[in-house]
Amino acid sequence: MNRKILTALLLTSGLALAGCATKPKELPPQPSGATTTTTTPPPPVTTPSGPVPGSRADFMASVLGDTILFDTDRYNIDSEDQGILQSQAQWLARYPGKRVTVEGHADERGTRDYNLALGERRANAAKNYLVSLGIDASRITTVSYGKERPVALGSDEASWAKNRRAVTVTVE
Amino acid sequence: MRSTLVAGLCAFLAVSPALAQPVPSPQPSASAAAVSADTSPEEDVVGTINNDAAIAIPVFPTNEMLPTAAEGGNTEALGRNLARVIYGDLKNNGLFRPVGPDALPGIGYGEVTAPQFPNWRARSAEMLVQGFVKAGADGRLTVGCYLYDVALGSELARQGYVVKPEEWRRAAHKCADMVYSRLSGESPFFDSKIAYIAETGPKGNRRKQLAIMDSDGANHRFITNGQATALTPRYSPDYSKIAYLSFLNGTPRIYVYDIGSGQQRLVTEGKGPTFAPRWSPDGKYILYSMAIAGNTDIYRVPATGGDSVKLTDSPGIDVGGSYSPDGSKIVFESDRSGSQQVYVMNADGTNQKRISFFGGRAATPEWSPRGDQIAFTHIAGNLRIAVMNPGGGDMRYLTDSWQDEAPTWSPNGRIVQFFRTAKTTGKTSIWQVDLTGRNERKLNTPVDASDPAWGPVLP
Repeated sequence: MNRKILTALLLTSGLALAGCATKPKELPPQPSGATTTTTTPPPPVTTPSGPVPGSRADFMASVLGDTILFDTDRYNIDSEDQGILQSQAQWLARYPGKRVTVEGHADERGTRDYNLALGERRANAAKNYLVSLGIDASRITTVSYGKERPVALGSDEASWAKNRRAVTVTVE
Repeated sequence: MRSTLVAGLCAFLAVSPALAQPVPSPQPSASAAAVSADTSPEEDVVGTINNDAAIAIPVFPTNEMLPTAAEGGNTEALGRNLARVIYGDLKNNGLFRPVGPDALPGIGYGEVTAPQFPNWRARSAEMLVQGFVKAGADGRLTVGCYLYDVALGSELARQGYVVKPEEWRRAAHKCADMVYSRLSGESPFFDSKIAYIAETGPKGNRRKQLAIMDSDGANHRFITNGQATALTPRYSPDYSKIAYLSFLNGTPRIYVYDIGSGQQRLVTEGKGPTFAPRWSPDGKYILYSMAIAGNTDIYRVPATGGDSVKLTDSPGIDVGGSYSPDGSKIVFESDRSGSQQVYVMNADGTNQKRISFFGGRAATPEWSPRGDQIAFTHIAGNLRIAVMNPGGGDMRYLTDSWQDEAPTWSPNGRIVQFFRTAKTTGKTSIWQVDLTGRNERKLNTPVDASDPAWGPVLP
């Protein structure tokens, strides 16, 4: 009998945990003028039709790409990656109040734990390159999704190549 | 939680189905004397693994049909369910050819300790599992379990269990364990549980929930609701806790979930992402892997919390870890040599040595509870489950599929579970295979399943 109650408690506590999980990862900054000392004052709006400067859309429109790709089990930054990361660094230099998260990923052809470590390594390789270009390390966080979040869903070399990636995402 | 389980399942040895009558001690019948003259051949068959032994398991009769909260609603229906669970355990093991209660005539209550051997011989049964079930005044169930050698006409083993109605399956598993152990010479394993990850949704957006079930898939329960991705659970040796990875707050961290209270806490307050949790055999320590600035190393922390000790310190990825049964050594995975390979070190991190030298990559090593084998994932194009000895020798494959990974041992070290991923669809399922590599089967789970973690046999 008390086992049923226990089960019910476990279920409700599970739901409570789930409630925490649904919270947004980062709360948006309060829209109060007093706190804008560290957040970037929005540059004057010049083009009413373009993306809002400093926004995620602006980032995507300004950089060569948000994603760099890796060879199997590798995490080195090649010249193509360097060009993409340089364009990201330029944008970050333009908006010093903006922060980014670099997400590291692996393809499905590896074991789960190792791929989490590998994704972390790739995200840090991208971060380190951005830092080498003068971006403050405190503005860049990393997260690894291992093989848990593929963008290409096939089980073939072309799909795996797209999934071995580090993606730079602006923190809104 | 654990103490109620222990108190709930009291085994007793001298079982009698009819307490009012004098205990019918299992005396050899008159005819058995004649049979015993040439017991040696049969003794041999029973003494070694009696492959394909035909085992008859009729319904467990009851002395009195009484209502019970256990499955079936009354003791008569429960007697059939008990025999069905025992039949399922023995059948899925692959060693035996059991015949279950639905294909056999019923037996009288008095027959439980006085089998009609000629009838069973006529049915070509070699072994006979009989038992009874009784409901006590307090609702508890008494289950008796007897194993007979039909050819010899003699009893081989007997056990009895007192269980709460909701734990009736444990009595059946204990009975199946007794039969399995007596006939195979191996340690029991049916009365155990499995933690795993239940998966639903399309490949690009998989929902991954922590779930638990009995070794036969019964008593299934989801622990998390899937809003945060959960991965790689491991039961504590006493089944009171589960260490697992969750993306609860956006980054991968290991949590220690207390099954009794429903509470969980971070395994470490360390700031890096943590993954690959593993318990020490005595449950006192948890190994975890943590990435700092992209470099992953293995740490050990007391299971109750406290300071962590860093066990590896290489510029490569050191991850996972599995203790030898005596707790003195740890087998783990590292790519310090360029690709994933298997290493062994002392439990304090000293004397790290690579043991895998057979080409390809070797990952996710798990030390057998018997100590004699290490199961791992071998990667050479496809991912396959393989075993080797603790020195790295005698490597051999147990599976041959597109993607099999993450082996976990049965409590007796005779069966390996793992998960299989289907090409293109990404659908996952849990499978198990015995050490011969021949008896492979898929486990029934309500939804797709991965990351199995088999716990020890319940006390």
